[in-house]
Amino acid sequence: MNWGSFDAFVAMGGYGLYVWGSYLVTAAALAIEVALLITRRRRTLRMLAHLHGMEGQ
Amino acid sequence: MLEFASSSAKRCTVPSRRGALSMTPEIRMHSPAKTKAASRFIWSYYASPQTFYPLAGTLIPWFAAAAAIFCAWGLYVGFFVAPSDATQGESYRVIFIHVAAAWMSMFLYVVMAFWAIVGLVLNTRLAAMMSSAIAPTGALFTFLALWTGSLWGKPTWGTWWVWDARLTSELILLFLYIGFIALQAAIEDPRRADRAGAVLAIVGVINVPVIYFSVQWWNTLHQGASVSLTRAPSMAATMLLGMLLMALGFWMYSIAVILSRVRSIVLERERRTDWVIKLAKGESAA
Repeated sequence: MNWGSFDAFVAMGGYGLYVWGSYLVTAAALAIEVALLITRRRRTLRMLAHLHGMEGQ
Repeated sequence: MLEFASSSAKRCTVPSRRGALSMTPEIRMHSPAKTKAASRFIWSYYASPQTFYPLAGTLIPWFAAAAAIFCAWGLYVGFFVAPSDATQGESYRVIFIHVAAAWMSMFLYVVMAFWAIVGLVLNTRLAAMMSSAIAPTGALFTFLALWTGSLWGKPTWGTWWVWDARLTSELILLFLYIGFIALQAAIEDPRRADRAGAVLAIVGVINVPVIYFSVQWWNTLHQGASVSLTRAPSMAATMLLGMLLMALGFWMYSIAVILSRVRSIVLERERRTDWVIKLAKGESAA
């Protein structure tokens, strides 16, 4: 175990800004990409439903 | 995608739930000769957007789950198992995502260029779509490699940025990805956009070995490779394990998001085709 307390974990031996700045931005970037892909899929399916869904029924 | 096709040979005999597979091939594997012929058939079978679409949909949850597992495991090893670095203290822990993101940025570019070549030579629709689907994820990992590198550089080198060969060539990689995306977006006809993008992707691939070997060819501030195929890694085993796990996690993540993006691209590009019309009616009826 590397960390005696939660505070020590957050502080990262004085490098907290750099370490967490890297990890949080990476996590946010991946989360945004996933969110954009989900939105894109919904938009595409809506476009298809609009284009074809109503035909011939 | 070849390995996906061969590993899912059994799926071919099962008609799709959504009825998207209108031409289900009958494959019976009795003799080795037939198996070989069958595997070649499956390869071309899944090269069609129509058949690749449901396969990709089936694969995405598996790759997403693998990504979550490897990343969680990698983070655990990176923060709780790997010891502090003797010279860099805790700041070195950026390595676990920095190196993984940098590897992905280069690897994805090579894969993108590979599909660009396939699309250009064989003129297949799916190959060009794969190439387009990879670019945004590649650009994202390039940005993350630069961002995390900068946050690592400040405490270790005393500067956020320096115009050394490794950093500059990685920045050029980001511009290549952005250029590829912008070029394709600027050309209205998708087939012409595919070809123009493919040429850019193929020409730009020369930058990848430049990035990789830059630390050997030039006197850079960036350190040399800690992990190489030809000699033992110059780091603790647990540090290496954390790095490899994060790299695997990013790899699985990339496959999942790229498959998702290519599915949307397939539907958008093929929206006038019979199979997409059938699929759209099925979705709206369900």
